[in-house]
Amino acid sequence: MTSVAIGEDRMSAGLDNASGAALAANNIKELDDSFVTVGEATLTSVDVRMSARDVSVFYAEKRAIANVSLDIGANQVIAMIGPSGCGKSTFLRCLNRMNDTIAICRVKGKITLDEQDIYDPKLDVVPLRARVGMVFQKPNPFPKSIYDNVAYGPRIHGLANNRHEVDDIVESSLQKAGLWEEVKDRLEQPGTGLSGGQQQRLCIARAIAVSPDVILMDEPCSALDPIATARIEELIDELRKQFTIAIVTHSMQQAARVSQRTAYFHLGKLVEVGDTKLIFTNPRHKLTEDYITGRFG
Amino acid sequence: MEVDPGHIGGHIMRQYDEDLETIRAKVLKMGGLVEELVREALQALRDSDYELGEKVVRDDHRVNSMEVSIDEDCQSIIALRQPKAGDLRMVIAIIKTITDLERIGDEAEKIGRMSSRLARNGTVSRKYLSGVMTMGAAVQSMVRESLDAFARLDVEEALRVVRSDEHVDEQYEATLRSLMTYMMEDPREISKVMDMIWCARALERIGDHAKNICEYIIFLVKGKDVRHTSFEQMEQRAHGVD
Repeated sequence: MTSVAIGEDRMSAGLDNASGAALAANNIKELDDSFVTVGEATLTSVDVRMSARDVSVFYAEKRAIANVSLDIGANQVIAMIGPSGCGKSTFLRCLNRMNDTIAICRVKGKITLDEQDIYDPKLDVVPLRARVGMVFQKPNPFPKSIYDNVAYGPRIHGLANNRHEVDDIVESSLQKAGLWEEVKDRLEQPGTGLSGGQQQRLCIARAIAVSPDVILMDEPCSALDPIATARIEELIDELRKQFTIAIVTHSMQQAARVSQRTAYFHLGKLVEVGDTKLIFTNPRHKLTEDYITGRFG
Repeated sequence: MEVDPGHIGGHIMRQYDEDLETIRAKVLKMGGLVEELVREALQALRDSDYELGEKVVRDDHRVNSMEVSIDEDCQSIIALRQPKAGDLRMVIAIIKTITDLERIGDEAEKIGRMSSRLARNGTVSRKYLSGVMTMGAAVQSMVRESLDAFARLDVEEALRVVRSDEHVDEQYEATLRSLMTYMMEDPREISKVMDMIWCARALERIGDHAKNICEYIIFLVKGKDVRHTSFEQMEQRAHGVD
């Protein structure tokens, strides 16, 4: 037998061996209600900023998220990844009760911010949304000046007593968002006149201006080019020193670059969560491995 | 597009810069450790120093640990940063380089072990040592210069080291021939002379590994794979003529 033939023989013997195991493992039915999330959903070694326990979300009769329990660690970035429709954005919106704005949406389970139940009927949802800010996929600056975009939040939340204090907050927020140098000489110009990347940084400055504890980001770079994306990712890395960040992204490469923890959602379930390095080098669940290696979408 | 030391950093994500700088620094540290092992192994042989030979054997474990650690770092960078172009070639070159450095460590460890064994039976005669020591000096230079070339990403230096391996191979042949005559002259010395032959072989292998590292440097800088080519072809590819 030639050496090439020996090699080919070995290949097909190996494949014959593998196919049985693969077929058995590719069983999505195992994600039934008894499924338990793989990995470290609850944190013990890091401070916990927000906590979700047994959260399910329904749009009318349809269950979009089932029994998700997850801790959000303080001063960390957690990335939520998964195929379209897996529930990651729905889950993100639970964290600052944005789902309240959707009439047919019902949230069950418990979510806490610094151990306080955010769905407590006595809780005022407006300050909650200042403490847990949000940045959206499409940059959405107010139709106001750059200055007023950032000043709006502090003004209506009563965070500044005079013009001088507002100026300080505007400057420091724009500094932290990495935008100050580019706009300091044109603060009176409309926010909508900035480039896409700048607008998104303006939206981040706006969220920062009200001193949030947590910043939620729903695919913040989807509408941006690679350089603008890289600048925002570097900014996220800087921001986590002061804030806690949860980011939903359909780019797993972005999740790999920017987060310390990664949570993989599939068909409304939290399949696996863990240290980002481990998720991307040696995930524990086959569905996670299949998703990140591009074996199914 | 060529890679030069001035352009390794500069990523928008600063952590990425730090990650790459970390693995480069670790490789140079591993290289320094390996250089030291080769030097000590040859000294142990020359001086019939049993203790030093044993030390080399023990210290090789540190080289092995560094290989594991750097491999892990490289795996992380590939998974988390998706390096491309020059960055990708850097990571690949490093993964390959540390394998060769680890092998150099193993060869030095062999020499260390043999030195200890020979030292237990008294000093080794000058005439047996001379060929091996000459090879040793040449090979030490190759290792040092290949690491310098890596630090500076210096293609010309890398080419010089590759060319000098031919000289080491010639020295090896000459050393074998002379050692064989000693065995023929006095069969009682066969065991001792065999050990010297293994040492010469280990040095010849170290030279090959240093040469490999230089091939990776050329790949890293120029993006051209120059393995398994003649020196003339290698030079042409490195100078962009091919």
